[in-house]
Formats: sequence, structure tokens, C-alpha cells
Amino acid sequence: MPRLPAPPLPKAFRPKPKRPGQNNDQGKLTPVEGAITAADWIDERTSLSPVVRWSLFRKVPRGTNWAYTLGTATLFAFLNQAVTGVFLAMWYRPDVTGGAYESMRYINDNVFAGQLVHAMHKWGASVMIILIFLHMARVFFYGAYKYPRELTWVIGVVLLILTLVMGFTGYLLPFDQRSYWATIVGVNINGTGPLIGPFLSDFLRAGPEFGATTLSRFYALHMLLIPGAIAALIGAHLYLVAKLGTTAPPWLKPLKDDPALEPERAEV
Amino acid sequence: MPKRRKPKLSKYTADRNIPGAFEGETVTRRRFMVGTANGAGAVAAAAFTLPALGFALAPVFKTTQMSWQAIGPPSDFPTDNYVTKIITIAPGIGEAGTSLAYVRTRNPSLDTEPEDKYNHWIALSSRCAHLGCPVRWVAPAQRFVCPCHGGVYNLRGLVAGGPPVRPLDRFYTRLNPSTGLVEIGPRYSVNNELRRFSPRDPAEPLDGIGQYLYPARWSTPPLLK
Repeated sequence: MPRLPAPPLPKAFRPKPKRPGQNNDQGKLTPVEGAITAADWIDERTSLSPVVRWSLFRKVPRGTNWAYTLGTATLFAFLNQAVTGVFLAMWYRPDVTGGAYESMRYINDNVFAGQLVHAMHKWGASVMIILIFLHMARVFFYGAYKYPRELTWVIGVVLLILTLVMGFTGYLLPFDQRSYWATIVGVNINGTGPLIGPFLSDFLRAGPEFGATTLSRFYALHMLLIPGAIAALIGAHLYLVAKLGTTAPPWLKPLKDDPALEPERAEV
Repeated sequence: MPKRRKPKLSKYTADRNIPGAFEGETVTRRRFMVGTANGAGAVAAAAFTLPALGFALAPVFKTTQMSWQAIGPPSDFPTDNYVTKIITIAPGIGEAGTSLAYVRTRNPSLDTEPEDKYNHWIALSSRCAHLGCPVRWVAPAQRFVCPCHGGVYNLRGLVAGGPPVRPLDRFYTRLNPSTGLVEIGPRYSVNNELRRFSPRDPAEPLDGIGQYLYPARWSTPPLLK
């Protein structure tokens, strides 16, 4: 891999010459020097700075525009879901005999900012789905799924499916009439898959009928299994984005004097 | 395939001048060690993965029995109208585990399916055969109507309109001679000719190829004889 040029230091980090006559604080560190020393201490032991420089200080193609931020927007929607979800889990009880509904009622009516955090999680879920589809449309219409980025696309499709599964499993958790019947309908739609559909439905419900452990099963899938898989796949997705770089918009033609072009083509 | 640049080595370690090799040995110690380490890792991973998977998948293979529940004396049930009974289909979870059964006495002039000891009372499940929403009995129209997607069934539970793929599911009924009460038992599904099948989920047709595309599950008991 060719060595990337180091980015210029921000102005605040550049060493300043001492004023005349102020040379009497030998051995004392300024706060900036202290921060640099701490960062150096970590970097000496982990060698992470090339990784950070490689992943963050990348060259982007000409024509990069706001549509390229949709993936990061989706990532932040996921982080919003993760953070609000963790705090909702501090109050939520996956109790099928009425405790689940009561705990959601308690979150909305009694917990400080509970209604806000619940609403952030609920509406954030819709926002995340919308952003995913916008991001997918950007990648599709810009042709960014083509060689060599096919694997990035495939991982993205898996992430889309997992996010839809998150929406399906999360819908049951408030355990009101709407979530109960929507889950019944959803599981039955899932059961219409020939041959394995009925068994998949039994797996989702933990039995032939909606039963005692269906809610806790959905809860475990919703807060442990699928978020873990999503986080891991986001890591792979981002690694590929950093590794392969982004594409220019399809309407841009290469510059005639583009040094990246081969000499014989650049002369045309 | 590119051409091999190196001459192929003998498979016997003794021929390859490996120190300590003995006659007829083909697996080097390094390969054996790598295999052992990988195998031990696989065993360790399987030791926690397989029990966890079995734990999650067990409900698919476990048959859940439904008990017989008394729903009232035979005089409660007319032949031309339905009586609504609340029954428990998943015990121990309160209201979330209850369902509705619509029950009437069998009417030989109307119910042409063969009579046996389990259908002196016709008990229909309120679970719509389209996608499982609860149907409502509308007595003036003599129809069951589903609120979700407009499924309609007639007095016998046969599809009268809308998207359902088969008639309403039924429950076995019997008279308990010691108490004199009608009891309601496990669920079974029927196809459009009212032939009995072990219970299927909604949206799974049972006519023609449907009965093979949506096989009986291990989680439901077989048909009563």
C-alpha cells in the first residue's frame, strides 16, 4: 500500500516559538503538549494513528456531494437506536402477563424524559429505515455497487434485512393491541413460505401458538442478537468503504489532465 | 492453472529428509499439531454453540398438548346461532393466552360433513384463516367478519369472501359424562371440503398441493382418532 501523506496539523497544534524572555518554564507541559503526550503514549503501544489516518483522511473523488452523507446518517440513526435502546432496557420488562405494557406505560408517564427517549427510539426506527433506502438509492443510481464494490453492496443488503428484522421484533415489545395483532399477522405471513415457513413460525413463536416465551424471545433477538450482528457488519461495510474509496458521480467525465489517467489517454 | 514451478515432493516424510521421520509416515508433526489445535477449537466452539442452538430450536420439536376445557351444559348451545366462549390456548400468561371459540350444536340438515364423537358441537376458532386476526360473529348477517383484511365466512365457517385460503379452524368437542358438561379440546384445521388436518397456521391452504407445501408440524399433536 502506498504511504499516504500526513495531513497538515491544525493551527492550534503547531509548535509556536517562545516569546523572548519567556523561556523559564522548562520541563512544564502546556495542555496541548500534555494531550499530544497522552496520544503519543497510546499510539506508541497500539500504532493506531496510521489506521485513523487511513480510515478518516481519505481522498474523495471530484463531485462528492451531500448525497454521499446518507450512509453516515444511517450510521448515526443506528447509534441513536443503540443508545436510546440501552436506556429503555433499564426500565422495560418483557413480561407477557401485563408487565411489558405496564413498564412501557411507566416509561411514558413517570420516568424523567421517558416519553422523549421512547419517542426517539420509535421514530428513530422509521428514520433509520428511510435513510437506509435513500442510501441504497444513492448507491444504485450512482452505480456505486459495481466492481470492485459488490461485496459492500451485499453486506449492505444484509444490513437492510437485519434492520427490517429489528423493526419486526421491536414492534411487539410495547405489547399493546396493535403490536400483538401486528406480530400475529407478521408471523403468519412468515409462515406462508412453503415447506420451511411453518417451522420458522414455530421457531419465532417458540411453539404453535403465541405463548409464554414469545415476547422474551423477540426481546432477546431485538436487543442482543441482531444489534450485535448489525454492529459487526457495519464494521465490515465501513472497512470496505475505506479500503476501496468512494465513486465519483456517474455524470462526471474524467479531466483531460487528470494525473490518475495513463499518459497516452491523458493526451487525447 | 499455472504450471508448478517446484517438483512435487513425496508424500512420505522420510523421503523429504524431515528429522525424526519414520517409515510410512505421511503427516508431518506441524500439520498434525495444526489439525489438533483447529479440531480442539472446533470442539470448544461446538460445546457452547450446539446446546444454545438446541435450546432455541427445541420449541419447534416439542409437542404442546392442549387440555380439555369445560364450556357449559349442552342446553347452552343452539343449532342456528353461535355462543362465544373464552378458552385458554397458552396457559400461564393471562389474557395474552386466551382465544375465542364460537360454539353451536351440530345441525344434521346443515352440517354435511361426517359425524363422529368429536363434532356433536361445532366449535369454530376465532382465528381468521387469512393471517390470524380475530373474526367476529355477526348474527343478523349469519357471517363471520374479520376486521383486518375483510375475510368473510358463512355459518359453517366456510369462506364466503375475501382473502382467506381455507375455512375457520375448529376445536374437538365432547360431552364429559361425569359432569354433564360440553368440553372443548385441541384445535384442528380443515380444508374447503371440511376434511380434517392437524392444525396449520393461518394463510396456509390445505387444498391440492397446499397440504404438502405446508406440512404438519412437530409442535402440534396428531389428529385424534
